[in-house]
Amino acid sequence: MTESNVQQSDIAVEMRDIVKRFPGVIANDHVTFIAKRGEIHALLGENGAGKSTLMNVLAGLYAPEEGEIFINGRKMTFHSPRDAIEAGVGMVHQHFRLVPTLTVVENVVLGLDEPRFKLNLEEATQKIEALAEQYGLKITPDAFIWQLSVGEQQRVEIIKALYRGAQILILDEPTAVLTPQETVELFSTLRSMAAKGHTIIFISHKLDEVTAISDRVTVLRAGKVVAVVEAKDVTKEKLAELMVGRPVIFRLEKPEVAPGQEVLRAEDLHALNNKGLPALKGVSFTVRAHEIVGVAGVSGNGQAELSEALYGLRPLQKGKIYLNGQNITKAPTREIIRQGVAQVPEDRHKEGSIGDMDLAENLILKNYRQPPISRGPVISWKYVFDFAKTLIRRFDVKAPGIHTRARLLSGGNLQKLILARELSSDPALIIAMHPTQGLDVGATESVRELLLQERSKGAAILLISEDLDEVMQLSDRILVIYEGEIMGEVPADRADRNEIGLMMAGARQETLNHHETVAA
Amino acid sequence: MNTAVLITILATSVAAGAPVIYATVGEIFAERSGILNLGVEGMMLMGAVTGFIVAVKTGNPWAGVMAGMLAGGLLSLIHAFLTITLHADQVVSGLALTIFGAGLSSFVGQNYVGVQGPQFAPIHIPVLTDLPVLGPLLFNYDVLVYLSILLVPLAAYFIHHTRPGLHLRAVGEDPTTADVMGVSVARTRYIYTFVGGLLAGLGGAALSLAYTPGWTEGMSGGRGWIAIALVIFAFWEPWRAMVGAYLFGGVQALQFNLQAVGITIPTYYLNMLPYLFTILVLVFATGERMKRHLGAPAALGIPYIRGER
Ligand SMILES: Nc1ncnc2c1ncn2[C@@H]1O[C@H](COP(=O)(O)OP(=O)(O)OP(=O)(O)O)[C@@H](O)[C@H]1O
Ligand SMILES: [Mg+2]
Repeated sequence: MTESNVQQSDIAVEMRDIVKRFPGVIANDHVTFIAKRGEIHALLGENGAGKSTLMNVLAGLYAPEEGEIFINGRKMTFHSPRDAIEAGVGMVHQHFRLVPTLTVVENVVLGLDEPRFKLNLEEATQKIEALAEQYGLKITPDAFIWQLSVGEQQRVEIIKALYRGAQILILDEPTAVLTPQETVELFSTLRSMAAKGHTIIFISHKLDEVTAISDRVTVLRAGKVVAVVEAKDVTKEKLAELMVGRPVIFRLEKPEVAPGQEVLRAEDLHALNNKGLPALKGVSFTVRAHEIVGVAGVSGNGQAELSEALYGLRPLQKGKIYLNGQNITKAPTREIIRQGVAQVPEDRHKEGSIGDMDLAENLILKNYRQPPISRGPVISWKYVFDFAKTLIRRFDVKAPGIHTRARLLSGGNLQKLILARELSSDPALIIAMHPTQGLDVGATESVRELLLQERSKGAAILLISEDLDEVMQLSDRILVIYEGEIMGEVPADRADRNEIGLMMAGARQETLNHHETVAA
Repeated sequence: MNTAVLITILATSVAAGAPVIYATVGEIFAERSGILNLGVEGMMLMGAVTGFIVAVKTGNPWAGVMAGMLAGGLLSLIHAFLTITLHADQVVSGLALTIFGAGLSSFVGQNYVGVQGPQFAPIHIPVLTDLPVLGPLLFNYDVLVYLSILLVPLAAYFIHHTRPGLHLRAVGEDPTTADVMGVSVARTRYIYTFVGGLLAGLGGAALSLAYTPGWTEGMSGGRGWIAIALVIFAFWEPWRAMVGAYLFGGVQALQFNLQAVGITIPTYYLNMLPYLFTILVLVFATGERMKRHLGAPAALGIPYIRGER
C-alpha cells in the first residue's frame, strides 16, 4: 500500500522480512517494519495479529526464525533483551516488568553493569530525578512498586528505559490501563521525547488516540503487514477497516427496554482490601433486570473489592446482599454461581482462566458438574468438545484449536474466551469488570453488543469500568465510586462528563448541585 | 540457678547456634533466588563426614572445613541441575537429596565412627578470655563460632546493599522481570543454590570439627530441617536467622543443663524440646507474617522457563 518515502538516514528501526512461528500459528509472517527517528509510530491490528510478538522480537525477547533487524542502519542480532537495550531499544510491556517488592530506584538500576559491587542508590536517585524533570514524569524514587498506581508504574518503566539511554521506546498498549488524565500526561511525555529525537513505537486499540498522537501507522492483520499510512491522511473508520478487512460500524444500537424487577440489592457493604484497610465503606445500590448499571471510578477505589464481595470471594465486614429477593450475603461462591451470577474478573490471567488447562476445560470450569456435561462423576468429553467448538466459533476466539492451553492466547482472545464461558449460561446477573480491556475495535463492539443483548434478554448487569466512554455508552444509570464510597448516581441520558469526572476525583454529588445553583 | 550455670547456658547457646547459622543463612541465599532446597540435612551430613575424614587424613582441620564445604556444594549442584536445568520439582529433588546425603554419609563414614580427629578448640585470648563473666561469655569460642557471627552482617549487607544482592532478590521475586532486565536467572540460581550448599556443608563441618568433634551417623540430628524452619521464622533476613539459631541453641543448652541443676525430666521429653521449639517458632512466625504481609520470595519453588506466558 502507501509506502511513505523515507530517507535512509532518518531510519531508526528497520525490521526486514521477520518470521516468527509458535506451535500452530505464524505470529509474524514476513513482516517488514520501518520507524523513523523522532516519529511516533503506531502499530495496529486485531487481537492476535502479532503486534506484541513483533515488538518482542525487536526488544530481543524472541529470536525470529527469519529476517533481519537494523538499528540506525547497522545490522543487529539480539540474543537477549540486554543486547537490545545496549542497542538503544527499550520496551514497556503490556504487563509491566517491575519487581513489586523493590523500590523505584532499585528497579531502575536492576541489571545494570555499574556499579560493580556496592549499590550507589543516592547517585541513581539524582539521575532519575533529573530525567523525570527533563521529560515531565512525576515519580517518587524511594517508593516501593507495590505502593504505586498503574500510571506511576508506567512512568517508572519509561524512566527505566531512558536511564539506559534508550533512543527507541516501544510501548505495548500503554493506555489500556490509564485514566483519561494519565493518558494526557503520557502523551505529552511521548511528544516531548519524540521532539528530542527519540523514536516511539506504540501499540493501541484506541483509534482516536492513534489518529491523535501518531505520525505514521503500520497495520498488521493475521501476522502480515497490510498497510503503512501517514496518520494525518486517514480516519478512524479507515484504520478500522484496514485492521479488520471490512468496514466497521461504530454506532451501537441501544434498544429501549423498560427495567424489570430488582435483581441485585446491595445494602451498606463494608469490606477490607488485601492490606487489611477499609476498601468499601457503606456501598448501597440496586440493579434491575433489563438494566445496565455502570460503576465509574479511577481504579483502586474499591471496584475490585466490590466485584469480589458480590461474588462471594471477599468477606463482608457489614452489609447485606440480596439476589432476586434472597439473602446471599454469606452464600459460598458455588451457590452464587448456581443462582445465575456470572462474573468477568479484573485479572483475566489470575482469576479468569487456568493458564495450563486447554480452552475446552476452561470453558466448562463453571458448569462441569451439570448434565449434559457430566453425569455423576464422569465428564462427557465428546459433549464438552462440541460445546467448546460452538462457543469458540460463536465468540470468535482465535486459537489453533480447543486443545490449546489458555496461557498461549493473546490478551484479547483470552478475554473473549472468558466472556464466552460467562455469557453462555444465560445469567440473571452479570458482574463485568473492564470487559473490553485490551480488545480490538471489532471485539470491543461485539462484546458491547453482547452485553446489550443480555440486557434485552433480561439480565441485570453491573458494569465496572475505567473507560468513561464505555460506561456512558452502555449504562442506564451510572454510579461513581471514590475511596470505597458512592459519590453519586446519574441517569445515563443526563450524564455529564465533567460532573462525573469531578465525582471520580472525590466530589460529592450534593456539593456539585449546590455549586451549580450558586453559579446559576 | 546460679550465675555459673546461666553463663554456661548462654555460652552453649552461642556455640550450638553456630552450625545452624551457617545452614540457615545458606538456605536464605538459595531461597532468595527462588530455589527451595530441602536437602539441607543431607548436605550438612555430607559436610560433616567429609570434613571429618579429610581432617583426619591431613591432620589439618582447615582442610576439613574446605572439604566439608565442597561436599555440601557438590550435593547442592545436583539439586541445581535437576531443578534449574531440568525444571524438576524442587520439593521432590530436595527430599531425595536429604535421603541420599544421609545414606551416603553413613556409608562413607562407617570406619570413622568413634575415631579421634583434629578439631577446632576454643581460642584462648590472653587477658580477655580470663575476664570474669565476660570471658566465658564472649571470648571462649572456637574460630568457626566467630566466623558464623561475622557471616551474618556480611550476608545482610550483601543482600540489601550490593548489586549482586539486588539481582538475587529480583530473581527470587520476579524472574521474568530479572531476565528481561538482563540478569541471568539460571546463572543466579545456580550460584546461590551452590552458596547454600557450601554453607550447609560448612555447618556440617562445624559440627564434626568443633561443636561435637568426631563422626557419628546422623549427627546433624535434624538441624537441617530446623534451618529450613528458621528461614521462615527469619523472613529471609540473616539477622533474624541469627536470633532464631541462638534460640534453638538455647533450647539445646537447657536440655543439657537442666539435669546439671538437678531438675529431672525424662530425657525423651528433653530430646523433644528442639523440635517442639521449631513447631512453635513456625506457628508464631506464620502468624506474624500474615499480619505484616511479609511473604516468601514470590517465585520460590517455581521453575523459570523463558518465553512461557
Ligand atoms: N509464547 C507464545 N507461545 C505460543 N503462542 C504464542 C505466544 N505468544 C503469542 N502467541 C500466539 O501468536 C499470535 C500473536 O500473538 P500476539 O500476542 O503477538 O498478538 P497481539 O497482536 O499482541 O494481540 P493482542 O492485541 O490481543 O495483544 C497469537 O495467535 C498468539 O496466540
Ligand atoms: Mg499484545
